Amino acid sequence: MRTLIYLATALAVMGLAFWAYRVNYETQDRLGDLRTINREIASLHEGLGVLGAEWAYLNRPDRLRELVNMNFTRVPLLPLAPEQFGTAAQVAYPAPEVADDLPLGEPIDVIATGIDANTPANAPAVEEGQ
Amino acid sequence: MIRTPLRPLARILDARAKGENPDAIERENIRLRGEATRDRERLRAEGRLLMMGLFFLAAFVTVGARMGTLAAAQPEEPQLSEAAPAIIAQRADITDREGRVLATNLVTHALYAQPPMMVDPERTAEKLVKIFPDLDHDRLVKDFTGTRKFVWIKKKISPEQMQDVHDIGDPGLLFGPREMRLYPNGSLAAHILGGARFGNEGVNSAEIVGTAGVEKAFDGWLRDPANGGAPLKLSIDLTIQSALEEILAGGMKLMNAKGATAILMEVQTGEIVAMASLPDFDPNDRPAPLTKGDASDSPLFNRAVQGVYELGSTFKIFAVAQAMELGLVNPSTMVATASPMRVGKFKIHDFHNYGPQLSVTDVIVESSNVGTARIVQMIGPERQREFLTRMGFVEPTQVELGEAPTGRPIVPAKWSDISAMTIGYGHGLSASPLHLAAAYATIANGGRRVTPTLVHDIGHQPGERVVSEDVARRTMGMMRAVVSRGTASFADVKGYQVAGKTGTADKAKPTGGYYKDKVIATFAGAFPATDPKYVLVLSLDEASTYAAGETRRTAGWTAVPVAGEVIRRVGPLLGLRPEEGPTELAGIQLVKAKLGH
Repeated sequence: MRTLIYLATALAVMGLAFWAYRVNYETQDRLGDLRTINREIASLHEGLGVLGAEWAYLNRPDRLRELVNMNFTRVPLLPLAPEQFGTAAQVAYPAPEVADDLPLGEPIDVIATGIDANTPANAPAVEEGQ
Repeated sequence: MIRTPLRPLARILDARAKGENPDAIERENIRLRGEATRDRERLRAEGRLLMMGLFFLAAFVTVGARMGTLAAAQPEEPQLSEAAPAIIAQRADITDREGRVLATNLVTHALYAQPPMMVDPERTAEKLVKIFPDLDHDRLVKDFTGTRKFVWIKKKISPEQMQDVHDIGDPGLLFGPREMRLYPNGSLAAHILGGARFGNEGVNSAEIVGTAGVEKAFDGWLRDPANGGAPLKLSIDLTIQSALEEILAGGMKLMNAKGATAILMEVQTGEIVAMASLPDFDPNDRPAPLTKGDASDSPLFNRAVQGVYELGSTFKIFAVAQAMELGLVNPSTMVATASPMRVGKFKIHDFHNYGPQLSVTDVIVESSNVGTARIVQMIGPERQREFLTRMGFVEPTQVELGEAPTGRPIVPAKWSDISAMTIGYGHGLSASPLHLAAAYATIANGGRRVTPTLVHDIGHQPGERVVSEDVARRTMGMMRAVVSRGTASFADVKGYQVAGKTGTADKAKPTGGYYKDKVIATFAGAFPATDPKYVLVLSLDEASTYAAGETRRTAGWTAVPVAGEVIRRVGPLLGLRPEEGPTELAGIQLVKAKLGH
């Protein structure tokens, strides 16, 4: 019996030692990972700083003004003026939808003929003629 | 030690007497002696064995323990804490109120040389001069071949230049990492930001020290690692600052002015939304300060804060506000305005004669010096001085700029009756445009003192009361009349109900007296008049324009149109909606824009 207790104790000590050893190394690995990540964060921070500086540099008002002047024919942008404030009453109700690519000069059949009853009511009538 | 003899005589004699062999006694004694010796030897040997055993045990324990510690310990120096935050040793960024970057850091490199490690100093010097044309070849050769062990070559180099230096391939050329301060917007808000330079320099790092502006005022804060890299949020709005600078530069050119300054300030908080002083500079490449001549000729000079000027008729508002506060006058009280007015040996003139009398409102609208002097006469110098002190015209402004303490107003040494009268219409007391903006904001704020600041959202406390709410409201009404029917009519931007006052002050000569044809033209005002949100002070230095058949220098023709344009441009940017409804767009049909075709 006594031998058995000794043996069990010895085995327990060895087991615990092995566990402690393993946990120790695992911790060290994790700490290593953490350091790597911290280094990565620091370098990303630095990169972010550079990108932020570049963003600010590319968006500086002088440059934007130049770009607006250069592209005025394509995108005519002008400074905001007080007259541009409107009231809600000025906003028109949305016009009833009309097909955008309506061929001008071609009369629309208001009462469409030749459409069978299964066609949905909102199907554009002009599609027929194209 | 008593040695036992091998043949003790007594026992030998005794044995002989008994007929025994005495040799037996000797043998017996030899045996005993041998046994004793053997026991002693054994004991010594056992002691040695024990020592050896202990020694080996100690040795094994030591080796074992060492192995144990090596297995368990980490091969590095102990640290206080593992989870230290990522190193944010760099100087904090500066942003505007919306978080747009005004100043940031960029990693770059410094180039230095260690001449003892150089392979071919002369060739290296030659190649370096090719990369950096501003270096002096002979000087480099002298440094590299002399006794020096360490030479700084360049403080900041670009990545391309660094590659070129690498290509030289000399082991004596070395790089040190550097953080440099970058102002991505160039000269925008240059006077507010100030600038920075390198302080103490080492091979691996260099400290950045603010030299002027907020960089100097917040130097300690910006460098404090305890802030965890949080940026300094200024009250400046980049968009508005840019628009203001653009219009101010245009106005300065158009009005042939030597310099210009403008301040746009929030009335309730005293936060400066935009502040410009022209001519300006690029803080990335800050020019050297002037060593001789007038400091105000340098682009580094911040006219808004450092420049103290006699601000002219814009001061009349304070005399009238104080007289109303004291109950001496009300807006319709009639004041004698016959020009010139004689005070002792002095004469006070008006721009032209406004007739025998004007109401107080019209004194302001027509900007009558004589009328104001009469009102100041009622107040008296003591009370005027006390009032202007409470308005902040005696101390430098508390704004967070390195230069703020240099903008100390110039007040008369002896505040006599006559100096009180001249101060009443803005001569004899010099203050910075920022002082004026703060004082106008105080009136626009319903009479509560406003302290100008450049930091966004720091919990502003309402200031002490300087004039009553009613007086402040009536003063605003007079200023509105100045714009709607008086000298500042060019600033009447439709829908924004601008209220303000013009001021044209003769420039004081450094030698004493005044220039005949040099003026400081100022417009100070607030908008919208019914519920003032922003104060604008705009000042042009030596402005003149040719209009309606003559050369004009009065503020109404120079500063006011520029101020009007500023309000027209920044009003919508500030999110202010014009009061009156939008104009009917007669004959114009709103159409849906077709984009992307």
